[in-house]
Amino acid sequence: MDAILKSLLEQVADLHDIPVGAYNIRNNGQSEGRNSTASIQIVPKTDGKSGIDIIVKENTKNESVHIPAIITQAGVNDLVYNDFYIGENADIVIVAGCGVHNSGAEASIHEGIHRFFLSKNAKVKYIEKHVGEGEGTGERIINPQTHIEAGENSYMEMDTVQLKGVDSTNRVSTAKLADGATLVIKEKIMTHGKQTAETSFEVELDGTGSSANLISRSVAKDNSKQVFRSIINGNEQCYGHSECDAIIMDNGVVAAIPEITANHLDATLIHEAAIGKIAGDQLTKLMTLGLTEKEAEQQIINGFLK
Amino acid sequence: MLELKNISYSAEGKEGILKNISLSIEDNQFVVITGPNGGGKSTLAKMIAGIISPQSGQILLDGQDITQLSITERAKAGISFAFQQPVRFKGVTVHDLIALASGENLSTAAACQYLSEVGLCARDYIDREVNSSLSGGELKRIEIATVLARKTKVSLFDEPEAGIDLWSFKNLINVFEKMHQEIQGSIVIISHQERILNIADKIIVISNGEITKQGTKQEILPSLLCQTEGCRFMKEEE
Repeated sequence: MDAILKSLLEQVADLHDIPVGAYNIRNNGQSEGRNSTASIQIVPKTDGKSGIDIIVKENTKNESVHIPAIITQAGVNDLVYNDFYIGENADIVIVAGCGVHNSGAEASIHEGIHRFFLSKNAKVKYIEKHVGEGEGTGERIINPQTHIEAGENSYMEMDTVQLKGVDSTNRVSTAKLADGATLVIKEKIMTHGKQTAETSFEVELDGTGSSANLISRSVAKDNSKQVFRSIINGNEQCYGHSECDAIIMDNGVVAAIPEITANHLDATLIHEAAIGKIAGDQLTKLMTLGLTEKEAEQQIINGFLK
Repeated sequence: MLELKNISYSAEGKEGILKNISLSIEDNQFVVITGPNGGGKSTLAKMIAGIISPQSGQILLDGQDITQLSITERAKAGISFAFQQPVRFKGVTVHDLIALASGENLSTAAACQYLSEVGLCARDYIDREVNSSLSGGELKRIEIATVLARKTKVSLFDEPEAGIDLWSFKNLINVFEKMHQEIQGSIVIISHQERILNIADKIIVISNGEITKQGTKQEILPSLLCQTEGCRFMKEEE
């Protein structure tokens, strides 16, 4: 592994070396290493698409899957399809994430399309980090898609973070929830310069007692722009909540476009959105503790995105 | 010693919020500033902390002119300020805030110590965010804890009793008394509470932008308590 690859793996997947357990490391569209375990199988796709199937046996507990994707060349357009089949009662952690290092003039693009099929009572924590770096002028573009089918009483939590270096991102997440299924999505985004970030969530609460909680916190600095769209359809007795909190700085622009539809009398749906600059009294308070204005700003943003 | 010399302040549309105020607060002195609402007390406290700048006059800390210093510089010079309306922060925990106040990498145990002093069960609060899930009274006590953690020469509290329930109020008095004994610094409290006035070394009454009275509590307190509406009413009845 070279230094750039190592550094990106560390940033996107907290990996310092080859991970323990099941993993697949994708580098510039090729598999750099792969390992299956007795209960988690990783197999390449056979239908001509690039990507892998991750099959987790029923009742698998306390195991993790790491599937980071790294791009270190300019001009690469990497499209990958990864499908996760999670067996009944399994309880696992999946760490994905994508790092793009572009030192060239051409754009590097990663488009990861992930589908999750959770069986009854399955539980998944899915962690996804996106990082861009490199001194080139070529754009670093990451467009992830996450499609979730959550079976009866299953639970999925998705933590997604993109804090620096990605010039353009368009994230699409969809989910269909069966009876008693729960979905929690926590998104953190910070954009700089002329970056753009678009996020769309579309959740169908089809099952009785299903619930979804979408929480987005973002900071838009410089001339960057962000759009947050969330659609929640409550089709049964269910609970849906989405929350978009954004701090704007400099000339940053953030739009929040919520849409909640109750198609059932017992659907409870809530949307909250708050966009604004850092409150003056927050800065003042921290300055009375001895912080400079810059330090106070940093502290507020760090806390907000923690 | 903190000295204010000929401080005047007007805001747009409101002249004479502070009119030529001069006062001094000795080291280790416990001073309570009181007076009617809108009289200029909070403006004065904010001016000492550097949040508002006077149009004329000087503020001296131990003889050094700090009038032109920023909020940050005054904080570093040894001034702390507990807000009347504490600020909420999404994502910043109680531990973070107390650690920032102390200026060091404070251990959980040390941070908890300050919370216990203000009567909060530390374990329940230390990792909570300083956000809208906290009640006004809880925030107020955390605000006081941040000033305790700073241990500075001058500690200012703007109406610390507001929003604090009766049971906690007794403890609040203890907090100030203990602080007065332990830190070798001046404590300045803006308050309407008789029980806080009662523990003061010096009381300053500010009304309509001016100091109308100052002196020891024996000198000031009796006249203050007789000026209330109720008192006058009673006298007329007689």
